[in-house]
Amino acid sequence: MRVFRHFVSGVVATALLLPVALSAQELRVGLALEPTSIDPHYHNLTPNNALAREIFDRLVMPDENQQLKPGLAVSWRPVKKTIWEFKLRKGVKFHDGTPFTADDVIFTFERAPNVAQSPSSFGTYLKGKKIEKVDDYTVRIITEKPYPLMPNDMSTFSIISKKHGQGATTADYNSGKAAIGTGAYKFVEWVPGDRLILERNDNYWGKKPQWSKVVIKPIKSGPARVAALLAGDVEFIDNVPTTDITQLEMNPKLNLSQGVSNRVIYLHMDQFRDDSPYVKAKDGGPVKNALKDVRVRRAISKAINREAIVERVMEGVAIPAGQLLPAGFFGVSANLKPEKHDPQSAKQLLADAGLPDGFQLTIHGPNDRYINDAKIAEAIAQMLTRIGIKTAVETMPKSVYFKRASRGGPNKSPEFSFILVGWGAGSGEASSPLKSLLHTYDKSRGFGASNRGRYSNPEVDQLVEQALATVDDAKRQKLLAKATEVAVNDLGIIPLHYQVNTWASRKGLKYLARTDEQTLYTGIVSE
Amino acid sequence: MSVFIIRRLLQSIVVVAVMSLLVFFAVNVVGDPVDMLINPEADQAEIEKTMRAFGLDRPVHEQYWFFLSNAVKGDLGKSFIFGEPALKLIVERMPATLELAFAALLLAVVIALPLGIYAGLKPDSKFSKTIMAGSILGFSLPTFWVGLMMIMVFAVMLGWLPSTGRGETTSLLGIQVSFLTWDGLRHLVLPALNLSLFKMSLTIRVARAATREVVHQDYIKFAHAKGLSSRRVILVHLLKNIMIPVVTVLGLELGGLIAFSVVTETVFAWPGMGKLVIEAIQNLDRPIIVAYLMITVLMFVTINLLVDVLYSVLDPRVRLQDVKA
Repeated sequence: MRVFRHFVSGVVATALLLPVALSAQELRVGLALEPTSIDPHYHNLTPNNALAREIFDRLVMPDENQQLKPGLAVSWRPVKKTIWEFKLRKGVKFHDGTPFTADDVIFTFERAPNVAQSPSSFGTYLKGKKIEKVDDYTVRIITEKPYPLMPNDMSTFSIISKKHGQGATTADYNSGKAAIGTGAYKFVEWVPGDRLILERNDNYWGKKPQWSKVVIKPIKSGPARVAALLAGDVEFIDNVPTTDITQLEMNPKLNLSQGVSNRVIYLHMDQFRDDSPYVKAKDGGPVKNALKDVRVRRAISKAINREAIVERVMEGVAIPAGQLLPAGFFGVSANLKPEKHDPQSAKQLLADAGLPDGFQLTIHGPNDRYINDAKIAEAIAQMLTRIGIKTAVETMPKSVYFKRASRGGPNKSPEFSFILVGWGAGSGEASSPLKSLLHTYDKSRGFGASNRGRYSNPEVDQLVEQALATVDDAKRQKLLAKATEVAVNDLGIIPLHYQVNTWASRKGLKYLARTDEQTLYTGIVSE
Repeated sequence: MSVFIIRRLLQSIVVVAVMSLLVFFAVNVVGDPVDMLINPEADQAEIEKTMRAFGLDRPVHEQYWFFLSNAVKGDLGKSFIFGEPALKLIVERMPATLELAFAALLLAVVIALPLGIYAGLKPDSKFSKTIMAGSILGFSLPTFWVGLMMIMVFAVMLGWLPSTGRGETTSLLGIQVSFLTWDGLRHLVLPALNLSLFKMSLTIRVARAATREVVHQDYIKFAHAKGLSSRRVILVHLLKNIMIPVVTVLGLELGGLIAFSVVTETVFAWPGMGKLVIEAIQNLDRPIIVAYLMITVLMFVTINLLVDVLYSVLDPRVRLQDVKA
């Protein structure tokens, strides 16, 4: 009898374990944002780039901290200030068995900037660059002026197969016909809105991927995504809502992975109009734009309790910011710390600026773009009101917000006076925010495209431009740090915090959290 | 009758044309799609290039004219985000939504109709009162909350049903359907129930009210007096006569089920049109929004026409003709 019981429990145990053992190689993932295409050059968008990276490879592959690592290129160096040479990896094969050579790289250079109907083109990273084949495993990229960010740019787009990519349309990639790369996973099937299936590339040149099959389900709604994980319908989800983090942390069956991102949440202030539409006198009448006074900007920065925002609004899941990128990134300054909360000296600064009674201000922000964005704007308004700057809050969907914030005013100028925004440095170094947010707005040269406060400081401009022309890494790093210090000390923007992203999985799995906020299936590993 | 139908068709064309104008201009007032599409690191030249590529630098009336001249040829534009024809994207997702809507409708008829008739026949019984109280809950609880609660109970706590997505599909007459496989059915239950909850409550109320009215009519009394079984009286004489209000309401509601199943589709990650359009709205994918609304208008116009025709079939006293002033 006892033997029998042992036998039964043995069978039951085997039966219970069996499905686990069978599916241990298979991974089901719930994604907040679905890629809009399988074509790696169609849309420069985070979910697309993450997927493309798994199916295709890049010359340079940023690791989880956006440090540049060899990909299809094994090494790179500037042979002259205007010429970069990339040595390609030998013995790499595409999913169909054709070998990878320099011709594929050259073909990629032709196709990537010229995809029809592309909503966000990779031309950004390819313009002004000419490519030459030296031999089958060496290419040279030539620019007119010295260009230090070449390896960074080469880490942004996927290398496709010339054989399958010639004449291929975006639809050919979506159907899988042309979706043949060198990456860790092979494309199997995509039913938009429903599922995306990948399978392991057993001949991958790099570390062998853990999962034989990955099933990706787009689950946009946050609570539904968490429920799917709790119900065991998926083993892994990204973008865990901050409100659920504490509860999930206590669940013994689950595991959370967190990591700081390259995204800083900051405030931009109108620094170009003498009469700013949302800056009013205490009684609501017109007043000179107080935000042009650096003392007022510093008062605002000191009035904000970043620790409180992180603790209360972000539920502890963020890091107070003192500059444009968190520590560890290329070009950050070692001297900048988050501004201390100091309402007393904030009031003093206001008084020094001739506004002892404060003034009226409206903060504008999106309510569906960044983690808890509307709540952050509300918290800031309360903190400013406490030092006498009576602040109203107006938040709106991102679809309405960004147009108004960028060019909603007269002559396509920014409409608002005081805004909450975020910036993720896609290149993984400090020139990205410096160039777009803090350099003087200059349409013809492509500077300050997102400088919605129209901050302008010749010293910053000069340092940024010099850095962008300096190929020597050590020198450039110093220049970027210096530019950051000047701009932040002048309060060109007010940094609030760095976003921290959370991924959740069943026990036994963990995610190598990425600063670029991408969800990679090669990054989901056993603990 | 044919004159009536022709006239209604002509009216419908006017309605569709006016709607296209309203929808197109309304959609063009909100935001700028380029901000939603383009990578923030793109510079000014890149942004302008993209605007030109999508024709967004043109004045609205020019864009509308362009849209209209293509629409007449059956081309409702290409999605900004997916780069594929908007119509194709919507039609691809239509089977999933239709399946969900008809499953919900079926539940409403099969479950709610008998309950409503019962509540109408025995208005004072405890069970009837429970049904009516339940229908109030069905009306007033928000769909997304009920959906999440269903997931919590049936998927997370009990583990009986899957929480998300559409199950395995098979091809039926060239259309992908999921109700023919066990896995597909399991995936269908919760979203269909969630979507039908409101319709069930409505059907219960309509059926009850109609039953209460019909049950006191002379022909019912006469049928009883003739010695017919209650079963026959209810299933034949009563049921036929309460169907008119029920069909009217359900017909109109079917349009709503198909066009506005957004919440249920979002909560259950159901790959239907609703999910497509809500994401298009959030990302300002104008061609999809416009195409979707145009299809919705067409659908409502058609359903209304069908309901009118069905009326005259169900009730011979109704003649299809225009009311002369």
